[in-house]
Amino acid sequence: MFLARVVGTVVATKKSEGMQGIRLLMVQPVGEDDRPRGKPVCAADATLAGPGDLVHVTESREAALAFADPFIPVDAAIIAVVDQVTATA
Amino acid sequence: MILARVVGNVVSTVKHPGLVGRAVFSVQPIDEFGAEAGDTFLAVDHAQSGPGDTVIVLREGNGIRQVLADKSNPIRCLIVGVVDAVTPAAAE
Repeated sequence: MFLARVVGTVVATKKSEGMQGIRLLMVQPVGEDDRPRGKPVCAADATLAGPGDLVHVTESREAALAFADPFIPVDAAIIAVVDQVTATA
Repeated sequence: MILARVVGNVVSTVKHPGLVGRAVFSVQPIDEFGAEAGDTFLAVDHAQSGPGDTVIVLREGNGIRQVLADKSNPIRCLIVGVVDAVTPAAAE
């Protein structure tokens, strides 16, 4: 699981079965200092995140578990919109 | 499982029901000497850990779902222990 910044929206009309109604967003992984880290990925949104939001992303099998149908073909999902990150050490 | 140090607190209001009531921390992977070993990531607390603690992080979803007794939880990284001491073999 990692922190990421939402950097764009993705629209796909033709999608795998079960993906209807699921929002897709481009997210750029970031550190606690908000600096980009690695490459952006396309994540399914289980919250109501929007461009510019700092989000909490879960990966692989657990991504699909964030949705009502736990067998949809996604490997990254936004499971929280982060309000604040406090570096403590 | 890996060793990590809790380095940050992550607060969210809008979140998946599987995260409600659970503390989310940013953790820094470390080696047996306490040196940083890789990039930080997010982990959910299940051991009453806190900032500055050295912890054991489980990064396997099925194991986590068994620990939490919740078959549909999307958590992928769970803090399952607070480490008191690590003794590198060379130091013994």
